[in-house]
Parts: sequence; C-alpha cells; structure tokens
Amino acid sequence: MFAYIIRRLLWLPVLLVLISMVTFWLGLYGPGDPVQVMMGLRTNPKIVEQVRQEYGFDKPFLVQYWNYITNALQGNFGYSLVKYQGQRVSDLIAKRLPVTLQLNLVAIVWSVPLGIALGIFAALYRKSWLDVLLRVIVILGISMPIIGLQPVLNFLLSRKHEIGAVTLGPFLPPGGWQGIFAPHIIQPAFILGLGLLAVYTRQTRAAMIQVMNSDYVRTARAKGLKEWTVVMRHALRNAAIPLITIIGFTLAGLFAGSFLVEQFYAIPGVGALAYESLLSKEYYIIMAFTLIAATVYVIVNLLIDIAYAFADPRIRYK
Amino acid sequence: MAAQTTTLEQAQTMTLKPRPAWYETWLRFSRNVPALLGLIIIVALIFTALFAPALAPFDYAKTNLDNVEQPPSAAHWLGTDQLGRDMLSRLIYGARSVVFVIAVVSIISLTLGLTLGAVAGYFGGIVDTVISRVIDFLFAFPELLFIFFIAATIKPGIVGNLKSFALANNLPWLTEFVRSGYADYLVVMIALSILGWGGLARLVRGQILALRENDFVLSAECVGVPAHKIIFRYLLPNSLAPILVSISMGLGGIALAEGVLAYLGIGLQPPNPSWGIILSDNVGRYWREWPEMLWLIFIPFVIMAAVVFAFNFVGDGLNEAFNPEL
Repeated sequence: MFAYIIRRLLWLPVLLVLISMVTFWLGLYGPGDPVQVMMGLRTNPKIVEQVRQEYGFDKPFLVQYWNYITNALQGNFGYSLVKYQGQRVSDLIAKRLPVTLQLNLVAIVWSVPLGIALGIFAALYRKSWLDVLLRVIVILGISMPIIGLQPVLNFLLSRKHEIGAVTLGPFLPPGGWQGIFAPHIIQPAFILGLGLLAVYTRQTRAAMIQVMNSDYVRTARAKGLKEWTVVMRHALRNAAIPLITIIGFTLAGLFAGSFLVEQFYAIPGVGALAYESLLSKEYYIIMAFTLIAATVYVIVNLLIDIAYAFADPRIRYK
Repeated sequence: MAAQTTTLEQAQTMTLKPRPAWYETWLRFSRNVPALLGLIIIVALIFTALFAPALAPFDYAKTNLDNVEQPPSAAHWLGTDQLGRDMLSRLIYGARSVVFVIAVVSIISLTLGLTLGAVAGYFGGIVDTVISRVIDFLFAFPELLFIFFIAATIKPGIVGNLKSFALANNLPWLTEFVRSGYADYLVVMIALSILGWGGLARLVRGQILALRENDFVLSAECVGVPAHKIIFRYLLPNSLAPILVSISMGLGGIALAEGVLAYLGIGLQPPNPSWGIILSDNVGRYWREWPEMLWLIFIPFVIMAAVVFAFNFVGDGLNEAFNPEL
C-alpha cells in the first residue's frame, strides 16, 4: 500500500510535466501569435519584434517552457495580454475562484443528497413504476442540452407573462451575480445540479442493488432488524464505497466544470474567465487554467485510489 | 374445432427450440418502451439525414428578407428565422451534420479505442503502461473545455495547412473544400475523436483483462492461435455488451458536443447547417416574444434534446437487456 502510494506520487510530476508541455505547446502554436494578439492588427513590425524579445517569445520552445514552469511553480502564471492587460493571471483567478466555488457549492448541496436519496428509493423499489420514472428523469437530466435549456428556462422564469388579464413573473433574475444568497444563483445552480443529480441517482441505485442482494443484508434481516436499520446502517455504508469515485470527480470538477453555465448566466467565475480567454486567445490565462485544472484532477484521482483502500480493507494495491 | 391434445409420450419427446442469445436480448429490449422510442427517433434521424435534399422544402441557407420571422404556415411548416430562412429545412440539414459528425467520430474512436484497449489489456507490460498513461493524460483535462481548447487551437493550423497545400499542389477541389467550410467538420471531428477513444479504450482494456484469464483463452493459446485472432474472435465478442452500451451513450454526448461547439462558434461555421448554430442565431436577439420563441428556440431545443435522449435511452435499454439482473 505504502509502496503503491510512493509509486503514484513519483508518477505524478511526470504526468504534470507532460500535461503542462502539451498545453504550452498547443497554446503557443495553436491560437495564434500571442504578441500579435496583444498588439492588435495595425502594428509596427519593429515594435512587435521588440515586445517579442521583451516577453521572451523569440526564445526556443524548451527555454520558454522552462521559464514559464519555474515561474508557475512560484505562483506566477504570467500576465493578461488583452482584456485585463497588465493584471497578474494568479490575481485574476484568485479573485474569481470564490464565485465559482460558491455556485458549485449550491449546486452540490441541492443535487447530491437528493440524488443519493432517489438512488436508494429506486433500488428499494426496483422494477416498480417509481424506478422506471426515476430512470427516465435521470436520463433526461444527463442529456439536457444546456444551450437550449438555458434560453427556455430564462424565457419561462425571467420575463413577464401576460395571460389574459393576469400578469405572471418575472420569477427570477435572468443572470448576473449578486453573491451566494441572491436569487440570481437559482437558475445556474439548478442547471449545474441536473447532471450531478442524474449521476448520483444512477450510481447509488446500482451500488445499492448490488449490496441489497448480498448475504450480510440477508443476515441483518434474519436477525430481525428494522428495515430502516438494514438499509441505512448495513446497506448504505457499503454502497457508499463506489460513490467515492464520483464524489472525487465532483470535487475535481469544482474548478472547471461550470464554465458553460457561468458563460450563459454572466457569472464572473473562473470558468467564464477561461472561456473568454480561449476565444480572445489570452494565452497565459488558458495555460494557467488548464494546468491548475489538470493538477487538481490528477491529485484527486490519487486521493480516490487511496481512499478506496481505507474504505474497503479488502483492496490492496501491489 | 378439435382441441389440440398432447399425449404423455409426445410431451416427453417435445423439446423447446433453443432461442439464440441475441433474440432473448432483443425480447428484453423490445419490452422497454423508452428504449424502443429512442430507437425509432434514431432511425428517423438517420433517415432524415440521408434524404435531407429530398425532404427539405427549401434551401436551408437561402435568405428571404421579405419573409422574416414568420409563424408556421402552409409554406413554412416551422416558420422562418430573422433572415427569412425556412426553419424546417434548416433543422433537416442540421440533422445531416449531426449524423455525419457522429458517424465519423464514432468510427475513429471505435477503431482506436477497440484496438488500443484490446492490445493494452491483452499484452500488458510496457504497452499497457504507455497506453494507460496516454489515457490518464487525456482524462486529466476538463472534458468539454479540452475539446474547446483543441478545436480552437488546431483550427487555424488545419485550415491554413490545407489551404497552402491546395495552393502549392494546385488542387482546386481542395481549395473549394476549405472555402466551402467542410474543413470545419474536420476540426470538430478530430477534436471529438481525440477525447472519444480514451474512455472506450479504458473500458475494453478492463474487459479484456478480466476475460483473458479464462480457460478458453488458455486453450486457444495452447493450440497456437495468433494473438490478433484471440483478440478479435475470442475476447472482443465476449465483451460486446458493455462496449455497445458505452458507445450508445457516447453517441448522445457527441451530438451534444457538436451542438455546443457550433453554438459557441468554435465548431461548424454559419454556412454549414447545425442545430447549435440555429440556436445561437435565434438566441442572439434575446428577449423574444412568446410565439416566436416557440418555433425559433423551443422546437430546435426539443429536437436536439430528443436526439440525445434517444441515444441515452437506447444505451440504457441495451444495458438492461444485456444485464437482466440489474
């Protein structure tokens, strides 16, 4: 077990170097010359050359990469080139991170417990109409195209409807960000939570069905325990082990998962910043974002594997 | 009418014809109403895509500024958009793009995923390590953002290289190909395929790892069956069920991603038809009134959602048909 963790920890930096190199390479050669991006179209070639030297863009790839990565390790991810010219990327991200975290927190709080509860119900009433209904809802939740759902929701909830003499709405503000307790958060958090709800319901159901068929549940019932105790104490605890994985990925997704929703609802979070940067070729921001997201993901992945070994003593890594 | 009687002797010699396994599976699948509905939607989608030129009443790109934002009528069944283009024709041609992208992406990811996954699982060792680490690497990026990143970064390269290649070698058809916007399809397909094969390869690898310890593999190895035959004849057919389920669910995801890419302006570009473009065009002027909302946004949304639902329902139905114990 210990050796396994050490091996994984040794592999971690290799993976991160690879990831950062590919992102750096794609970012550098892909979306266009960063200096050209920064200077706009009408520029003096002499000045462009000067800026290129100033920023070190004329150096060989590996030198640039080395400079970037040594700076990044010290928390300096470079500067914004276009929109927030001169601001440090790390400051930009740090300022927007709380917004994204709050939004995701609200989405998780409503959807994850509900998803687990629905999953338990679906497993207990397997093959009943309730199970079928829940399955249909889960699939609807997974496959809602947000690009269509957002305008439809926004239309229904955020504008006035005059039906005859009755005027309804607007029920919710159309977008924007006023902090975690403002009604602005309801629509985006709802859309964000739909996917989570579906995933948790489905996984909990599968895990619970497996556990409910096992011998120790039969033993627990044979002892004459109340059904509630059997389900909550004996079954759910063991069914929770496979849930570790999705809980881990939910946490990893905190940073990057909500950028579409942020974009659609004009929420000034990290995701919206990343997307905006992608389009305006804000090369340093894209790099920083991808690097951080990938690092978080890789570390969470490691933690998941370790958590498994603690949760289920039968799992032993070689 | 003589009642059919069965004597004891007859009954003892009667045998039940064994039904093939796929037939049992089909029976279970066909009892699943949402899955059947999904299958019908998929068939309709493919039909629409194949016969789009015959089905569409108008040219999908032809504007008619005298006939802007008209409600559904006898001529324009689903109304017209803000440039007077026929919405029905646009949706029909949009189906064509979706099916085209789905078909190519799934063929590429299937080929790569099956081969690499099977090779990794069967041979193990250094091959397995390399392939698994590449998949780890791909999955380390946030999924949708990674697709956008690839689409945005490879696009200028692909389009530019194709263009200069066409000019250098004097290939007018290639120039035409780039100019007409088909290179956009290429970009979208590459971006989606790069991410698509990894999940499948991981699944196949796991399946093969579990299967290869079986005695029938050992006996095949003993009599000298070559590795590729063991993989494709013995191992893959036995792991077909989870692969089919995963593909079916994945197709919905591809359809969704194609729409989102087009909506955000990184995927297919406006001369090409795509549901994502239809939505982004129509959302453009935001606060629409009720009846326009219906044919400009609700209907495209419902159609797009229905297609994604269909793939997911079929995947779910397959899953249940293959694993009745679930």
